[in-house]
Amino acid sequence: MSESMADLVRSHPVAAGLGDDAVALLVGCAKNVAFNADELLISEGASADTFYLLRRGHVAIEVHSPERGALVIETVGPGAVVGWSWLVPPYRWTFDARALEPVGAIAIDGACLRTKALSDPAFGFAMLSKVSVELLERLQATRLRLLDLYGRTDVQ
Amino acid sequence: MSSDLRLDVTESDGDGRGALTPILHRVVSRHQETADVTILALEPLSGPRLEVRPGQFNMLTAFGVGEVAISVSSAPRDPGPIQHSVRDVGQVTHALCRSRVGDLIGVRGPFGTDWRVSLDDVNSPILSGGDVVVMAGGIGLAPLRGAVHELVARAREGGGRVFVLIGAREPAQIVFNEDLAAWERDGARVLVSVDRGSPQWRGRVGLVTTLLADAGFDASSAAALICGPEIMMRFSARALVDMGVDPHRILVSLERNMQCGLGWCGHCQLGPFILCRDGPVVPYAGVVSHLLSERER
Ligand SMILES: Cc1cc2nc3c(=O)[nH]c(=O)nc-3n(C[C@H](O)[C@H](O)[C@H](O)COP(=O)(O)OP(=O)(O)OC[C@H]3O[C@@H](n4cnc5c(N)ncnc54)[C@H](O)[C@@H]3O)c2cc1C
Ligand code: FES
Repeated sequence: MSESMADLVRSHPVAAGLGDDAVALLVGCAKNVAFNADELLISEGASADTFYLLRRGHVAIEVHSPERGALVIETVGPGAVVGWSWLVPPYRWTFDARALEPVGAIAIDGACLRTKALSDPAFGFAMLSKVSVELLERLQATRLRLLDLYGRTDVQ
Repeated sequence: MSSDLRLDVTESDGDGRGALTPILHRVVSRHQETADVTILALEPLSGPRLEVRPGQFNMLTAFGVGEVAISVSSAPRDPGPIQHSVRDVGQVTHALCRSRVGDLIGVRGPFGTDWRVSLDDVNSPILSGGDVVVMAGGIGLAPLRGAVHELVARAREGGGRVFVLIGAREPAQIVFNEDLAAWERDGARVLVSVDRGSPQWRGRVGLVTTLLADAGFDASSAAALICGPEIMMRFSARALVDMGVDPHRILVSLERNMQCGLGWCGHCQLGPFILCRDGPVVPYAGVVSHLLSERER
């Protein structure tokens, strides 16, 4: 039996702790999608109207440089949220997200979510809190990677 | 901690050789593992090979230069000579890395506590059932290599599943690639993540802790061994505890500059620990979790 969209959304970490009403609002903006290996989920410069809750498979976050081609800056896997630019103007992607293997995800319509968040501030706050937690974790991880974490440590 | 294989400092051998006198070893092979890591295989000029538990270290002397602490990276099960994997970071390690086959190196040890994976360690918190997660950052895999060999062999004989999670700065700095492949063939789950990919790298990019989410171990029954720079150990141990791993079943390896290796000089003191004697391998629970997160005064 295939899972309902509500079940799919509920099984993603982003829905942990959300009430039924909030999940229903999220489901109203969601659809189930799949990508083949190497396919782009997100393309740099394109308008950021959809973001993804990963269910299976890994995705490489890439930026391009003229001399070095595609640079993978991070890989993310099941449970991650891919894409934040739908949250803030000018709603345009600043990186590519490429499937490294077959990927299953829930695609969320960012404009739809923004509209619902504006008309239901409690829902909007709950979503923003969720997104902030993940954003903070990714920021912390990025900061640590700026150190040469595995290299020398200056020992007393 | 098991201590029966530590050097007895009160004894000297028949020649009156004391605990501070190195035993002469010959370099019987050397292998350039990465640009800055060299693996040296050492045989004693006379007498038996040293018996070492995974996680213990020796003091290696590069004659005329100095003496440094280096973990033993071969496993007790390995039939060949004892191995040390040395990262060239300064004067002494540079001299050791440059040594050639046939050169003599002084060896004192083995010293310190171990990863508690030896068969005769009946009270081991690591072998008391469940999955074992091994997390290594950079050259931190060297002291863990012997332990992983033991764990993988035990898993094949019906012991707990083994998960090896490796973090490295770049693909070129991943050590023991052949072992990683062999462990995987033998049933371990091996995951590697780098901070900076290369055009050829098809694997994961991100902190070693990002590998935890989909490693697939049972946190409630798991034990863990962690070795790497202290920040890496701190974040890894915290992430494991957040997932539900019992902090009493997490061991970390703490390093401080060593001098005597015998608990005499106090050089290696960290909080309540004299690390050449009480460490380097210590339980994460309690005082160590605070030491790892607090600035030393
Ligand atoms: C128990 C123990 C086990 C060790 N196992 C290994 C091993 O298996 N392989 C290996 O390559 N190294 C290992 N080390 C680290 C090794 O002892 C040091 O890299 C070495 O002492 C540096 O000496 P040096 O004269 O070459 O460099 P120095 O001139 O003394 O130092 C050069 C640089 O290395 C840093 N450094 C010094 N000691 C350490 C250390 N303990 N850890 C990290 N950075 C350090 C210094 O702060 C300095 O920035 C171990 C250390 C301990 C305490
Ligand atoms: S190195 Fe001398 S007491 Fe530990």
